[in-house]
Amino acid sequence: MATLDSKIPSGPLADKWRKHKVDIKLVNPANKRKYEVIVVGAGLAGASAASSLADLGYKVKCFVFHDSPRRAHSIAAQGGINAAKNYQNDGDSVYRLFYDTIKGGDYRAREANVHRLAEVSVNIIDQCVAQGVPFAREYGGLLANRSFGGAQVSRTFYARGQTGQQLLLGAYSALSRTIGAGLVEMHTQSEMLDLVTVDGHAKGIIVRDLVTGKIERHSADAVVLATGGYGNVFNLATYARGSNATAIWRAYKRGACFANPCYTQIHPTCIPVSGDYQSKLTLMSESLRNDGRIWVPKKKEDRLKAPDSIPEEDRDYYLERMYPAFGNLCPRDIASRAAKRVCDEGRGVGASGLGVYLDFSEVIKRLGENTVRERYGNLFDIYHEITAESAYQVPMRIFPAMHYTMGGLWVDYNLMSNVPGLFVLGEANFSDHGANRLGASALMQGLGDGYFVIPYTIGDYLASQKPGSRPKPDTAAFTAAEQSVGAMTKRLLDNKGKQPVSHFHKRLGKIMWEHCGMARTKGGLEQALQKIPALREEFWANVLVPGSADTLNQSLEQAGRVADFIELGELMCRDALTREESCGGHFREEHQYPDGECKRDDEKFGHVAAWEYQGADKTPLRNVEPLNYEFVKMSVRNYK
Amino acid sequence: MVAENTTKNLSITLRVWRQAGPNQPGKFVDYQSKDLNPNMSFLEMLDVVNDELTLKGEEPIAFAHDCREGICGTCSCTINGKAHGPGKGIATCQVYMRAFRDGDVITVEPFRATAFPIVKDLITDRSAFDKIQQAGGFITARTGSAPDANALPVPKPDADLAMDAAACIGCGACVAACKNASAMLFVAAKVSHLGLLPQGQAERDQRVLAMVSTMDALGFGNCTNQYECSAACPKLITHDFIARMNRDYLGATLRSAFKPAPLGTGGGAG
Ligand SMILES: Cc1cc2nc3c(=O)[nH]c(=O)nc-3n(C[C@H](O)[C@H](O)[C@H](O)COP(=O)(O)OP(=O)(O)OC[C@H]3O[C@@H](n4cnc5c(N)ncnc54)[C@H](O)[C@@H]3O)c2cc1C
Ligand code: SF4
Ligand code: FES
Repeated sequence: MATLDSKIPSGPLADKWRKHKVDIKLVNPANKRKYEVIVVGAGLAGASAASSLADLGYKVKCFVFHDSPRRAHSIAAQGGINAAKNYQNDGDSVYRLFYDTIKGGDYRAREANVHRLAEVSVNIIDQCVAQGVPFAREYGGLLANRSFGGAQVSRTFYARGQTGQQLLLGAYSALSRTIGAGLVEMHTQSEMLDLVTVDGHAKGIIVRDLVTGKIERHSADAVVLATGGYGNVFNLATYARGSNATAIWRAYKRGACFANPCYTQIHPTCIPVSGDYQSKLTLMSESLRNDGRIWVPKKKEDRLKAPDSIPEEDRDYYLERMYPAFGNLCPRDIASRAAKRVCDEGRGVGASGLGVYLDFSEVIKRLGENTVRERYGNLFDIYHEITAESAYQVPMRIFPAMHYTMGGLWVDYNLMSNVPGLFVLGEANFSDHGANRLGASALMQGLGDGYFVIPYTIGDYLASQKPGSRPKPDTAAFTAAEQSVGAMTKRLLDNKGKQPVSHFHKRLGKIMWEHCGMARTKGGLEQALQKIPALREEFWANVLVPGSADTLNQSLEQAGRVADFIELGELMCRDALTREESCGGHFREEHQYPDGECKRDDEKFGHVAAWEYQGADKTPLRNVEPLNYEFVKMSVRNYK
Repeated sequence: MVAENTTKNLSITLRVWRQAGPNQPGKFVDYQSKDLNPNMSFLEMLDVVNDELTLKGEEPIAFAHDCREGICGTCSCTINGKAHGPGKGIATCQVYMRAFRDGDVITVEPFRATAFPIVKDLITDRSAFDKIQQAGGFITARTGSAPDANALPVPKPDADLAMDAAACIGCGACVAACKNASAMLFVAAKVSHLGLLPQGQAERDQRVLAMVSTMDALGFGNCTNQYECSAACPKLITHDFIARMNRDYLGATLRSAFKPAPLGTGGGAG
């Protein structure tokens, strides 16, 4: 049984972080250069952590599987980043941002963590502006804001539709500066394949150089994982193709607890799948729901007819019908589930039957094509590029897609996992979003963790480690870890089965989407828990991985990642089955109110579930960290 | 009627550059690909071809990709002689099969430039771009030292122009498209982004000198104002930024002639 001490400081909510910073141990400046820290990942969380730790004086080694740190998946974020600056004078405050985030997460996040996030949000914007991030500005030269879902104030900072890109380039520039100055040793195209623990402490990693195939050992005084989310378990998602769970999954197998794996977020407005060859799903901004009307034909037999040939009385504007108060603007999860329902009934549009119309004809008639072009022109262009259809003439087809994972490795208030010396930041940890993430808050969390939390909290651990005591990479633990990596590689290459890796990834994605997607049931999850182990067996019996281990081999890279996804998928289903309630993105059909809102069970499930690996083919252990709400009352989420 | 039901599938001949490793000989190899849905992306077509190769016991084609939506800058193919292929203002991952006709022969090569050595098949090593950034592509602002974000107003036109330049995705198409393999557009975009902002003024001279000298040292060619770079750029970064950087560079060179070189760290300017 793992010990899960959240280390939440005592005292009033607003004083906890300040007090904690005074109470935790510091490493004296002269000693800092004696400590080496490994940072895996250079997305918003990893790049900000690596440069900040290097500036403090620690020796930093940073690893990414990408060919440049600038290519991390953070680059793709569009909408914006939240901060409690209250520049709009509209009543925002640290407390309000804290409250919105806690409520948005359906009361399944820790109060103290979320409050700290809201506190540091203001420093993030200052830091980014100082680095030259070109945020949108008003005519007077001051920063502009927009509003985002789940908030009644305008607190989102943005850089056109490329906020993630600009924030990442800011963090990348800081990282580049520290690399150039010799403070960070950068390893690109280096994939972490195992965590090395010595006497129960994280003291190194095993990586594969993706160009030469060489396996390397790296030791350090502490290891920081900032390796992103695991949404590609679903195969089709809004994630970059390369995003994967290998680093956190292998750390899980070395003893780090995996918290709330079933908390995943599905985004309602993405471009639907067009065929079996599909490799990714593209997000269309939710803002389209302000003016577009969502519908499907009333009759199944109409679903392939040209939409303009279907008369008004044969259309079902189902959101307007089912949720008259909110209509097309109802919350993300409700809109997603409703789309699934009408498609399950056989009324979905497009060749695959997995799509609904988002129709702009009425607003075009009312305001004219030019106004619509001004508002949404770039989105209509993207849509056209992908589908070759003009949304000015025919309704868009949209469908929900996998978008974000709230679960991740369990961490305490210091962002340290239950394995001492192993820290986890950004989307890879579980810490701040509870069961559902609000828009524009993932970027905030990644940068908050990297710029303003880890630089303090890592010292608390390092101060307890004697300078110069880190193990050498030629010790037994490293040898054993390297051997297990080598054995897995060999097994994959020697297998010589009959199906390429993509075959298994697609099948896993379908199982996950069907049984552990927008709506989950006991029966469905039980089925998935039969199907996934069978798929895993088939994978190991029948996967075909061409090429060799000693060159660049993309099939081999993908094979290792998919092997991990299959195992993680099983854990997600197990977590979803055990959590007999609905909350945020986790919707169990058995537990809902008549209006379709989630029915939580705070008494039985007002806790974090942190799964502990027990060995291959053994059922993992479910540890529990109770969530003590001292300051906010857990209540039913209501956006009506 | 929705497009996917009316369009006909196509068959193509793919003529791909195959090269096993960095210093090995490479050659074009032809592959037939049949019955492709025109709504498939170019990279999805490569996925399908690769699965077929795998099943036949051959090594799949190595190609770089990640986001598949035109923002990460990883994808990098020269298609029918054009960096990022047909279409304006898009990256390789945004090319769709409907851009081709049934029976077409499609030639696919890696981005070619001395400073971007081939790693394998269609993958090149573009780490030279990172080295240029490390030489000076930043504003020094240690974490925690920043003043309030609104303490320094930035005129909106400057911020907007800086954003135009900052949109660069670091793909290297500008280099591949240039007959001199010059990196001027890439460097100019970064120099202009930071140089247009008040925060970027303190290091403005040092930045442009360091980045340009690093670029030269890494084997990129000179700019002879052909503007093939802007034409190939997936983000339509304008070559006006090159002129802006040239002015900056000239000014910085003159000013540095009168000042002693800065001591300590720095990218070896001059
Ligand atoms: C389309 C889209 C739009 C979004 N829009 C928004 C938005 O508007 N606002 C918002 O707040 N959030 C948004 N999000 C969510 C947000 O972008 C992500 O949650 C966040 O960027 C994750 O950052 P990260 O640093 O944790 O991980 P990532 O950016 O995913 O970085 C992971 C890093 O880890 C490295 N890595 C991973 N595994 C290994 C390994 N085994 N070995 C070595 N290196 C490894 C990678 O190379 C990479 O550098 C969006 C997400 C998507 C998909
Ligand atoms: S300037 Fe354009 S072509 Fe050159 S690297 Fe940047 S985005 Fe690519
Ligand atoms: S794959 Fe990211 S830009 Fe093409």
